[in-house]
Amino acid sequence: MTDTPMIRMAAVDKHFGELHVLKDINLEVERGQVVVVLGPSGSGKSTLCRTINRLEPVDSGTIELDGRALPAEGKALAGLRADVGMVFQSFNLFAHKTVLENVMLAPLKVRKQDKAAAEKNAVRLLERVGIANQKDKYPAQLSGGQQQRVAIARALAMDPKVMLFDEPTSALDPEMVQEVLDVMTGLAKDGMTMLVVTHEMGFARRAAHRVVFMADGEIVEDSTPDDFFTNPSSDRAKDFLGKILTH
Amino acid sequence: MGPVNVLLDNIDLYARGFLGTIELFVVSAIGSLILGAILAAMRVSPVPILRAFGTVYVNILRNTPLTLVIFFFAFAYPRLEIYDLSYFTRACIGLILYTAAFVCEVIRSGVNTVPVGQAEASRALGFTFNQTLSQVVLPQAVRNVVPPLANIQIALLKNTTIAAGFSVTEAGGIYQALSERGANVFVGLLWVAVGFLILVVPLTLLQRNLDRRWSTAR
Ligand SMILES: Nc1ncnc2c1ncn2[C@@H]1O[C@H](COP(=O)(O)OP(=O)(O)OP(=O)(O)O)[C@@H](O)[C@H]1O
Ligand SMILES: [Mg+2]
Repeated sequence: MTDTPMIRMAAVDKHFGELHVLKDINLEVERGQVVVVLGPSGSGKSTLCRTINRLEPVDSGTIELDGRALPAEGKALAGLRADVGMVFQSFNLFAHKTVLENVMLAPLKVRKQDKAAAEKNAVRLLERVGIANQKDKYPAQLSGGQQQRVAIARALAMDPKVMLFDEPTSALDPEMVQEVLDVMTGLAKDGMTMLVVTHEMGFARRAAHRVVFMADGEIVEDSTPDDFFTNPSSDRAKDFLGKILTH
Repeated sequence: MGPVNVLLDNIDLYARGFLGTIELFVVSAIGSLILGAILAAMRVSPVPILRAFGTVYVNILRNTPLTLVIFFFAFAYPRLEIYDLSYFTRACIGLILYTAAFVCEVIRSGVNTVPVGQAEASRALGFTFNQTLSQVVLPQAVRNVVPPLANIQIALLKNTTIAAGFSVTEAGGIYQALSERGANVFVGLLWVAVGFLILVVPLTLLQRNLDRRWSTAR
């Protein structure tokens, strides 16, 4: 059983109308592995990330989570999504709930935890992301970096098997990027399985076990961070790194 | 006979009439809110058949004059001999079916003003479609929805007179009874108008109050 990858995508294809956004994607993420997905804008990184919990359905191919194929829309899919944490570029905290309520809502309603247990766990997670003192505020009253850390705590409250991050720091002011990356690095150290779409090369170098480079809907390179940054094999990756590293 | 006498001498008529109006209004208001919410859920549902049903329903009902709907329930329905219903019940059904189409559209556009990211985050956490709607989307939509819903209900209150046109014991039906009693019908109708104002004004004030409270809240 320990051999089954946490995420397995095989021969996955997806179109948006005429646009072929994912082309024959084959990707496996092992338990405890941290995979960073890089690539130019429009290459299909977000779409890849969103197909893994079926926020975007695919046209063909297989996607398995922890050995189980993704079910079609419905109760079974909801149950599977509960095990997959997702962090969005735009945070998407529930605007009508306080920070604490944001973190408690899914454990209460989806996991049917009792209130005391859910609250205790929520406070523990908010402490872990360094934001417990803001727990009674509403999302709009927090900075972007604080909101994103709450969003991470909210995902962790479901005790997920794997965490997906879609450019979690891209909407943040530069001075807040680090506080979010620190939380993510901590998670990676604790052995969380993570798939992270990001432009933060420092994070990729430090925390990733693997770097996947996408261009035009294809996985072009799949290697260790060291290999990728010092010795990219494709022209597109060289080109991409050239642009990123010079500014 | 002075104007006040028209009111006082026929107070029994007015009382019965306005009680009828209030009853018709309350039943139809509640019914249309419930049916409208169900229709709105259909219109945003991932199930194509439900979506299609909701769309067709709303488009038909919104483009049918209320008079025609009430006319159908007043005269055509009894001839179909499906199930015997009192006129009051039939008037309620007509008003509910008609008003629900408008309630549905207001709820739906309120739902659409909630950013898609809210529903996505909730689906990603494992909420079912119904939970996403009830826990995340609707509570946020309410703020955008209540003021226009109040307008619809005010219109409904006035529309009860159309049901009365086909005769119910209801405020708008008073004039018939008045003319039968030989009272000054013109003055009598002025009192009906005053009565409606008294019913509508509190609703309008409530609506304005809610509007103010929710625009200052975060
Ligand atoms: N819902 C959609 N409908 C139609 N086209 C879409 C949709 N979502 C994405 N696309 C298109 O699919 C392509 C891939 O988009 P995607 O968001 O996956 O790219 P990305 O690699 O995440 O880019 P970025 O770095 O800008 O976030 C883009 O050309 C985009 O315009
Ligand atoms: Mg993207």
